[in-house]
Formats: sequence, structure tokens, C-alpha cells
Amino acid sequence: MAGAEAAPAIALQDLGRAYGERVALSGVTLSLARGQTLAVFGANGAGKTTLLRVLATLLRPHAGEVVVLGRRLPREGWAVRGRVGLLAHEPLLYRDLTARENLRFHARLHGVAGGRGEELLEAVGMARRGDEPVRSLSRGMAQRVAICRALLHEPELLLLDEPLANLDPGAAGAVAPLVGRGSGATRVLISHDVEQGLAEADLVLGLRGGRPALLAPAGAVSADDVRGLYR
Amino acid sequence: MFARGLKPLSIASVVLVVGAFALVFFYAPNDADQGFIQKIFYLHVPLAIVALFGFVAGGVFGIRYLRDGDRAHDLRSYVAIHLSLIFGVATLITGSIWAKASWGHWWLWDEPTLVSFLIVFLLYACYTPLRFSIEDPERQARTAAVFAITAGAFVPLNFLAVRMAESLAHPRVLSETGGSMPGDMYLTFLVSLAAMAVLFVTLCKYELTSKEASMRLRALKRRLAAADDDAWTPTARSAAPQQL
Amino acid sequence: MRRAVEAVVRKDLRVELRTGEAVPAMLLFSVSTFVLFHFALDRRSVEGDLAAGVLWVTLLFAAVLGITRLFVAEREQGGFDGFLLAPVDRTSLFVAKAAVLFCFLVAVELAAVPAFAILLLEPSPWGAVPELVAVLLLADLGVAVVGTLIGALGIQTRARELIVPILALPLMLPLAIAAARATSPLLLEAGAQALPGRWLVVLGLYDLVFGLLAFAVFDFLLEE
Repeated sequence: MAGAEAAPAIALQDLGRAYGERVALSGVTLSLARGQTLAVFGANGAGKTTLLRVLATLLRPHAGEVVVLGRRLPREGWAVRGRVGLLAHEPLLYRDLTARENLRFHARLHGVAGGRGEELLEAVGMARRGDEPVRSLSRGMAQRVAICRALLHEPELLLLDEPLANLDPGAAGAVAPLVGRGSGATRVLISHDVEQGLAEADLVLGLRGGRPALLAPAGAVSADDVRGLYR
Repeated sequence: MFARGLKPLSIASVVLVVGAFALVFFYAPNDADQGFIQKIFYLHVPLAIVALFGFVAGGVFGIRYLRDGDRAHDLRSYVAIHLSLIFGVATLITGSIWAKASWGHWWLWDEPTLVSFLIVFLLYACYTPLRFSIEDPERQARTAAVFAITAGAFVPLNFLAVRMAESLAHPRVLSETGGSMPGDMYLTFLVSLAAMAVLFVTLCKYELTSKEASMRLRALKRRLAAADDDAWTPTARSAAPQQL
Repeated sequence: MRRAVEAVVRKDLRVELRTGEAVPAMLLFSVSTFVLFHFALDRRSVEGDLAAGVLWVTLLFAAVLGITRLFVAEREQGGFDGFLLAPVDRTSLFVAKAAVLFCFLVAVELAAVPAFAILLLEPSPWGAVPELVAVLLLADLGVAVVGTLIGALGIQTRARELIVPILALPLMLPLAIAAARATSPLLLEAGAQALPGRWLVVLGLYDLVFGLLAFAVFDFLLEE
């Protein structure tokens, strides 16, 4: 329809968040359209994980405005929760339960049918080892099960903290259609692989000390610009 | 922010405390059985009553903090409980002195009010270590508020249970605390109670004002020192709220 | 809400069955404490007031062990995040954890109370089993509610093994008083006497007040 503009998936205005007296995020303003990918770069401690957790509704913003999927946080966080998938630094799996049991638990929490977990395990190639306790899985395998967990409820917005870390090329290939561009979801991606991150992105955000040092469409950013953030 | 009315309150406390002392020493009658030492009752009971109200007030401020998120309420809750703990120690000490002087024992299990008070005191004594052991200030404030509310609800339940437990085997010993007080004792008691209450509120205000001043000072120092405002200025861990 | 509670309860019970971290330790602790009391009191058997006291002090300390473990897996393995990301009512975590703690307590008592009867009790308690069970269940409910609240308070702190006991003991004191006073006539040598009903009322009141309170404030402990 002429003139109709879809609302952005994420709209941040001057977002700020502190831990006690330490400022973790400050003055972050951006807008990400649906179906697009935001790549976030920055050195350790620059605020990338904090940003992800605020978007996931796990942290309340201390300053500024946050609108995710059309809902204002933190007030309407409850409406966003079932539509966002978080792949964090930790797999968020219970080590004493098997992969299948973990997925079944999360499926029940999200009100998702059991079959979906099985489909995902197949897709990432973990179906055969689905009945071993997570404790006995390697880091890469646990990561794959964590990806299943994040995708279980078919989220519209994917928040990915280094999704391909610890994965061998075969596994990375299996996972790519699920969490990559092809998934169709809006994505926020943290990656330390500069070239790969840039290739996947539509919008690039570089954080330094919690502040946005770089914000531009991916086409206008070179790998060197990004590497400058780490110096 | 907190200093409104500080001067009139201070004057009122001085007047009331002096007045109470005067009444206790010159007006109230000497007890027939216990003699002069019975007058510690005018110190002990108001201390206990004010401390208990202070604890409950801490819980009320906790509720307000959870509802509004305004850290000023958390600071008020902290100060109320903190001062009530001090008044609580004084209650236990004066109660002990009275018991020893009148009945020869430093502690009376037979007196349910004293026992309940000890339990409440033990519970609230955990408040400061609990706060200290949580580093993130917002988490600290929220957890402390939940504790203050729980402990506040605990106080009446505790008094009920202990009273029921003791009343069967042992008769109440300190029965002057009941309603049967002669007129001059009653007046002295009321004035002492008023003095203690006003003193408590005044001390609260002093502590609140002092804390607010330190916070302002620290914020100014930080702003002056920070050439690059992303610099992390680590602060020492503290049980008291550090920021409003 | 019910779906979430069910999911968490099943998950916790499954983990406990598989790893056996909490219940065996609580049970072992209880039996060791009974032995300790035998030597500390220098008696072959106890009855009445003393029996009730020994039993309840032991059970409460064992409960404290369980409370400390209640949220540890959530804290260490990212379970809080996993739960907070789900579109469920946050209070369902409280209900679920209280139910789990209640189950642990019942499981421990199924073995510990008979152990107590064998090791230390002179009179036979069999005449008063229904009343004893009623007191145990009501008290367990109170411990479960207050324990879950304290566990959630403690998990935020760095010194949780220390904070939990010092918070739990005063808070559970009215419950201990009521439970012990209710149990002591049941354990008399001369034969069990009637249960003083007023203590059951106190237990019920305690359960109700703290249940409602915990239900109302638990949310705030989970937020960030």
C-alpha cells in the first residue's frame, strides 16, 4: 500500500544502563527495520552483552526509550517475551538433564508443542546425542542445543551472542539456515569475526565504553573502521 | 530534601526529653516493691515501643520503594531499621538491668514481650549483613525492601506465638506494663513515650540529611575528577544506599 | 501459570532424582543429629517436651540445608534467565519451588521420623500418627513457603550459605514454637494425649500470612 511504513522491529532512543556507579551503556540511539540484521562490535566490556540483555527484557533500561517489536520496555516486557529468542554466552541449559529433557522443559514453559524440539535437534545434527546429559557434551554440541532452545518458540527477533563460536565448519553450516540471514527473523548479532559479521549485517553498531562510536549501514562501513574499535 | 523541619524537631526533642527526665525524677512515684530502679521502666518500654514502630515503618517504606522505585524510600527504610536496631539494643540492655535489679536475673524467659523482642531483634540484625552481601545497588535495595516487608509482617505473628507459648506455664511478671497504671505514672509514661518518639524521628532526619549530603559530595567529586566521563570510579562496598 | 509450575516442578524433581543432592544430605544430617542429641543430652530416650524439641530443631536445621540448595542450579546454570525469558507469570517460580521444597521435606520426614522413633523415642508414637502427620504437613507448608522466600533472598548474596541460616531461624521461630507445642502431648510416655488445636490454628495462620506475603513480593526479587 503506498505510504504505509512498517514499524521498526527495534527503536532505541538514548538508551542508558548502569551497574551501580559504572556506566554500561549510554546514549545508544538506533532503529532497526523488521527482517534486517544489526551487527554489534566492540571490545570486551564495551556493553554489547548489556545491550542484548536489555533487548531480551532481562535488564531494565535506566535511561532513554526502548521499543521492541512495537512494545515499550520495561512496561510491556511481558508482551515481548515469547517473541524474542536469546542465544547468550552461556547455553542456559541444565547440565544434569539431557538435551531432549531441556528442550521439553523450555517447550512447556513457552507453550510450544513437543515435536518442534525434535525437529530442531535433527536440523542441528544432535538428534543422536539427544539423550545424553548436557554435562557430557562438548562446548560446541552444547552450543547447538542452546541454539535449539533459542529457536524453540519461533521468535520474531533473534538476539545472538557469537552464535558460531565453538562450532566446527560442519556444524556451522547446519546452523546457518536457522540463525543466519535465511531465517527471515530480525536479528541482533554480536560477533568477533569482523568480516563475517559485516557480511551478515544491514546495520552496524560499534560500541566503545558503552557509547556508540560507530553507527552506519553495513555498506558504508569497512573492516578497518570496525577494527579501529578494538584499538 | 530531608532536612525540612529539622530545627523545630530538634528543639522539640530537647524539650520533651528534658521534660520527661524531670517528670521521671521529680514527679513519678517511687514504686513500693522495686524502689527507684523501677523508673528504668520509663526508659525501657518507650524504647521498645518506638523500636518496634521503627521496624514496621521500615517495612512500609520498603513497600513504597517497590511500588515507586524511588530510592529515597529505600534510604528511609534503611535509616528507620538501622536506628531501630540501636534502640533495640538499648531496649534489651535496659530490660536486662531492670530484670536483674528487680528479680535478680539478667534475663527472664517468663516475660513474653522481652523474649519476642529478642527474636525480632535477632531477625533485624540480619538486615545489614544482607545488604552488605549484595553488591549491585539496585538489587541490594530491592532485596532489602522484600526483607523489610517480610520482617515487618513477622513482628505481630511472633508476639502472638511467644505470648501463647509462655502464658500457660508462667504468669506475667512485669504487669505494670498493663493498663492499670495510676495517673501520675501514666502521665510520666506518656511524656517519656512522646519524647522517645520525637527523638527517634529527629535522629532519623539527621541521619538522612547527613547521608544525602555525602551522596551529593560524592557525585560532585566524581564530576570534577572525570575528564573522561566513562572512567569507572570504584566505590567501596557498603550496606547503606550510596545513590539516590 | 499452572503449566509453568508443573514444568518447573517436574524438572526439579527429575534433577533431584538423578543427582540426589538435597534429600540424602538432609536425611543423613537428621539422623546424625539424633545421634548427637543422644550423646549431648546423655539420655537413652526422650519423651514429651524434650522429644518434640529434639525432633523439630533437627527438622528445621535439615530444612535449612535444603533451602540453601533450592535456587543454586538456577543461579549457576543460567536457569533464572531461561525462566525469565519465557512468557509466564514470575510468581509461578515461587509456587513451583515451594512445592519442590515441600516434597523434599516430606521425603526426608518419611525416613527421619521413623528413625527418630527408633533411636530416641521411648513411647510408641503409633497411637497418634494421624495427628503427627497433620502437624508435620502444616509445618512443612510453612517451612516451604518461608524457605523459598529466604532461598530467593539468599541467592542474590555472595555469602548465601551464611545468610540463609541466620535469616531462616528467627523467621521460622513462631512455626517452631507452634509445631513443638503441638507435638509434645503426642509423644508422652504415658500415652499420646489430645492435640492442642490452638497450635494448629497458629500454624495455619503462619502459613497463610507468609504464603500471601511471599506471593506478593516474590516478583520483585527476580527483576533486574
